[in-house]
Amino acid sequence: MATQQTRGLARTMLAPSVFVLLVWMVVPLVLTLWFSFQNYKLLSAAPVRFNGLTNYYYFLTDPVFLGALINTLVLVLSVLAITVIGGILLALLIDQPMFGQGIVRILVISPFFIMPTVSGLVWKNMLLDPVNGIFSHIWRFFGATPVAWLQTYPLFSVIVIVAWQWLPFATLILLTALQSLSEDQKEAAEMDGANAIRRFAYITLPHISRAITVVILIQTIFLLSVFAEILVATQGGPGFASTNLAFLVYKIALGDFDVGGAAAGGVIAVILANIVAFFLMRFIGKNLDA
Amino acid sequence: MARTPTTTVKIGWTIAAWFIAFLIVFPILWTIITSFKPEAEAIASPMMWPHWTLDNYFEVQSRSDYFRHFLNSVIISVGSTFLALLIAIPAAWSMAFAPTPKTKDILMWMLSTKMMPAVGVLVPMYLIFKTLGLLDNVWGLTVVLMLINLPIVIWMLYTYFKEIPIDILEAARMDGALLWKELVYVLVPMAVPGIASTLLLNIILAWNEAFWTLNLTAAKAAPLTAFIASYSSPEGLFWAKLSAASTLAIAPILLLGWFSQKQLVRGLTFGAVK
Repeated sequence: MATQQTRGLARTMLAPSVFVLLVWMVVPLVLTLWFSFQNYKLLSAAPVRFNGLTNYYYFLTDPVFLGALINTLVLVLSVLAITVIGGILLALLIDQPMFGQGIVRILVISPFFIMPTVSGLVWKNMLLDPVNGIFSHIWRFFGATPVAWLQTYPLFSVIVIVAWQWLPFATLILLTALQSLSEDQKEAAEMDGANAIRRFAYITLPHISRAITVVILIQTIFLLSVFAEILVATQGGPGFASTNLAFLVYKIALGDFDVGGAAAGGVIAVILANIVAFFLMRFIGKNLDA
Repeated sequence: MARTPTTTVKIGWTIAAWFIAFLIVFPILWTIITSFKPEAEAIASPMMWPHWTLDNYFEVQSRSDYFRHFLNSVIISVGSTFLALLIAIPAAWSMAFAPTPKTKDILMWMLSTKMMPAVGVLVPMYLIFKTLGLLDNVWGLTVVLMLINLPIVIWMLYTYFKEIPIDILEAARMDGALLWKELVYVLVPMAVPGIASTLLLNIILAWNEAFWTLNLTAAKAAPLTAFIASYSSPEGLFWAKLSAASTLAIAPILLLGWFSQKQLVRGLTFGAVK
């Protein structure tokens, strides 16, 4: 039984965490909301004043915003598709009997530990560069004309870079889930005459479905705010071809110094993230036996 | 009865898996190889056998004071991790061992703060930092990284603490152990593995964080994420130097990451997959 003294102490121990997270969540968010209704430009001499929904109006009617929104969705959905399907295949592969399984596993998860600025620059220069990149050498070797990936297919290039970083995460989580599946079940199904595809569809897939959901939800949270890869690899360009919502807000804030406009964009990004977070929280909450 | 696969099948899977693993790890491997080439050979045909050299590593240091940025990364990632643990351990302890009807709501609320996109609060954070004179300051950044990773730290510790059998604490209490003794002699030894895993994962996350580190620093306090980003606007030949700087930046975290891959799953899924 927890005594009165213990309960009081428990509250005291919890207080610092609750306090700092509360301040961290409330103060900047309230300020963002406040700025989003202000005519506040750092480089303008005009007095800062309330201007209602003007920032939102400009932000939402700007064609660049719609492009950035579409880019954000394309980026998130493409990377999800590549990493989930690729992750399942890769996890199934690594789960097979082989020599040096531990080393394969370590190699495959490595890209996840590479800092985003390094991934972005290594891909931009050493792999995708149209003159000296590895791909250009391979293209020339086969007699093809090298492709200027970042200029011709900027969003696709960013998708490839980000997918390379997140494929290990999906693989690792799905592999962990796969390895908790009992051999007996698979063997029983095999003895009953189920072929490999049916065994995958009726036993393996249902078993890892929970892990797949977790991968999708968590990756979505991170993928909605991809930033550094775009900054170093394409600068959001050419034009706005590879600008997502996070990069657009950054550009408006620290490029144009339009505090009000960037804040309005930030509020929209928060709303988008919250839609995903709502489902993620419900899912995690259901699995939590506190 | 478990089936034993034939050696042929095993060799087939081995070749397939090693080939795919090689493709995935190739960009990293290529970066490491390039870092040991002379600058002129870094952009030459990949088929050429290079003249191995360590020059790039020395040049990166002498030209741009590499180790200052390395040190910034260490201060920020280790500092923010210890700060987070300091605040999170008591919180996770109290929620795991003295839960109240509100505990679940508090946990979920803490997690929800992690869902807030950084870009949503970029503007006020930048202005607050500017007003307080904290732009390009390692300590300001340390606090921010502590805040963004605190929910993960609390959650990870909570799931580890939950697994400690409560009966042992009850027994210690029956024997008349005081609360602080309960903590020091009973809980801590059992909690150390969980705390260590949390520490490792959090150092990795903080080391690679690339939104706040890029936006709140300039030349002085830039950790490696921001320092490497400065290579995106280059003059002249630089691939070998970029590779050397990158190799040094990723090596320690690769090692830590390999070491803690099991805990990674649990930490990043908030205990939903173990």
